[in-house]
Amino acid sequence: MSDMTYRDALNLALKEELRRDPSVVIWGEDVALYEGSFKVTRGLLAEFGEERVKDTPISENTIIGVAIGAAMGGVRPVVELMTVNFALLAMDQLVNHMTKIRYMFGGQTWLPMVVRAPGGGGSQLAAQHSQSLETFFMHCPGMYVAVPATPADARGLLKTAIRDNNPVVFLEHELLYNSRGEVPDDPEYLVPFGAASVLREGTDVTIVAYSRMSILALQAAVELEREGISCEVIDLRTLNPLDTATFIASVQKTGRAVVVEECWQMAGLGGHLAWLIHRDCFDTLLAPVNRVSGLDVPMPYSRKIEKLCIPQMETIAAAVRETLSQKY
Amino acid sequence: METKLRAVLPDQDLIRLYEQMVLSREFEESCAEQYTKGHITGFLHLYSGQEAVAVGATAGLHKDDYILSAYREHVQAIVRGAEPKRVMAELFGKATGICKGKGGSMHLFDPTLNFMGGYAIVGGQFPIAVGLAFAARYRGEDRLAACFFGDGAVNQGNFHESLNWARLWNLPVLFICENNFYGIGTEVHRSSALPDIHKRTCGYDIPSEKVDGMDVISVYQAVRHAAEWVREQSRPYLIEAVTYRFRGHSMADPAKYRSTAEHEMWKARDPLPSFGRRLVVEGIASQSHLDAILAKAQTTVQEAVTFAEQSPWPEDREVWEDIYV
Ligand SMILES: Cc1ncc(C[n+]2csc(CCOP(=O)(O)OP(=O)(O)O)c2C)c(N)n1
Ligand SMILES: [Mg+2]
Repeated sequence: MSDMTYRDALNLALKEELRRDPSVVIWGEDVALYEGSFKVTRGLLAEFGEERVKDTPISENTIIGVAIGAAMGGVRPVVELMTVNFALLAMDQLVNHMTKIRYMFGGQTWLPMVVRAPGGGGSQLAAQHSQSLETFFMHCPGMYVAVPATPADARGLLKTAIRDNNPVVFLEHELLYNSRGEVPDDPEYLVPFGAASVLREGTDVTIVAYSRMSILALQAAVELEREGISCEVIDLRTLNPLDTATFIASVQKTGRAVVVEECWQMAGLGGHLAWLIHRDCFDTLLAPVNRVSGLDVPMPYSRKIEKLCIPQMETIAAAVRETLSQKY
Repeated sequence: METKLRAVLPDQDLIRLYEQMVLSREFEESCAEQYTKGHITGFLHLYSGQEAVAVGATAGLHKDDYILSAYREHVQAIVRGAEPKRVMAELFGKATGICKGKGGSMHLFDPTLNFMGGYAIVGGQFPIAVGLAFAARYRGEDRLAACFFGDGAVNQGNFHESLNWARLWNLPVLFICENNFYGIGTEVHRSSALPDIHKRTCGYDIPSEKVDGMDVISVYQAVRHAAEWVREQSRPYLIEAVTYRFRGHSMADPAKYRSTAEHEMWKARDPLPSFGRRLVVEGIASQSHLDAILAKAQTTVQEAVTFAEQSPWPEDREVWEDIYV
């Protein structure tokens, strides 16, 4: 085990996979010479050279399209969208092309490609740079969606993503890059897709979360323990494939659930999770499924009011308390 | 004066170009009939009138070269080697179709022929062609990516982003614009500030030329020459082939926006009879040989229709197949 940051864990995964497989290439805006706007690609140009680590023009839709073509032609592109907000300029290639090509061409090709995108709110970057778009990707069949919460998962999931033969959208949280954690040293450390992790065991309530929300849920669980409330925290790790079995089993045990999403509540993924829980745990639920979401507003700049828009540790704790006070 | 055909290609190759154009026309006209009968459904965009472009261009490429196109692509696929019966079965939505009936008219694909797809989002194929060209260079393969597109696609951001990218990374992409003057019902000068499409590459330092898309030999020569240059230089190039579609945009379009005079003028330049006449005049084929070619094409197309009719529908479970590897 080594103690490292989420950023360094991602960087290590990229380096290891570049070393292991010569068909892996790294592209993105400012990823080579500038080493990435979040420095995740630090040192890659120096080690792997110009043909494998390339800066691209600021042409998001084309970044994805060129990666699709390259993947079809036998290369494994790992592209970085500078932030997930800019994925909206690439939705045509992501949704109309990347997720359709295998299907509409009758399974005659596959696209081994990874689209890394930092995102999430909380840095006072205002409305155009603070979005959480995971529901957008999860909604569309044909791409996997990974949402690592810890440095170990960041490394293990990214390595799995690069080796997988399907397109993967890999959503990194900007506020987690400096977070630290123990990361296994094994160069073959792979975290499988579709396997949620139980970050903390508990008996009173299940909190289902992902990415930074899982970290906040864990903090809330520590806080609530002092009040005698025992929370089980499930970190989804991938939104597609979605491991329903793990959180369903947990809710069947605890009888209560709080789902946490950083994205907007309106038609957000938390509604889908809540439905799955109602469908599969109806007989065992002791209270309605509770839901903590980002506020349905464009993100304001001022830090005083930005805070209101993003789920906080306190909001999650309050939702848990509310759930425990309710009864069916 | 026109070049003598024998100075360009040996007799059997010239005859093959004619065979391919005739088969293409017969195939497309048969599709129209099958659409009217309700056997082909959905969108159906036919290629009649533009045959010289696909046939001439494909002859000017190597078999290893990738080909990508838009949704008006039956002929590009067939000329590249796709079996007419499997293309017809695809149009019928049958399990024996080239894409198992999941793509339909607009999404033909066969990687064994390096035919890398028909795309129905206007301009969607541009960056994919650039990516395939990158893959070829990265893997040390001697092949280029030929990307067909319409005059309507050049106002998509993708076109400009992809031209810039292909030149920036010096990738072997041959852009082939089929300028048939219309994007659905909008004529080029009503959508493009600079209607001379080939001139639009100057902002990207990409050489380009315009060619008569109604003459299969002109297209062949231009593409062959350009493809060699692309391969040698590992740089992109653009050809604008000026052509005309004889039918409406799709089967749903009666093409009321075009004058009869304009249509007649282009009909008089139909690439099939004009090339046939040259073959006869230059003593390469007799009229009876040309007649036999037509009869053979009609048989092939009839067999394709029968095959499609008799083929099974996809199994229900197919809806869940081919989403993920
Ligand atoms: C992104 C997008 N916008 C609009 C359409 C609808 N559409 C289909 S074909 C077409 C015209 C394209 O014309 P052109 O590129 O000249 O090709 P042609 O049909 O003449 O072969 C349009 C607008 C589409 N398929 N995709
Ligand atoms: Mg057109």
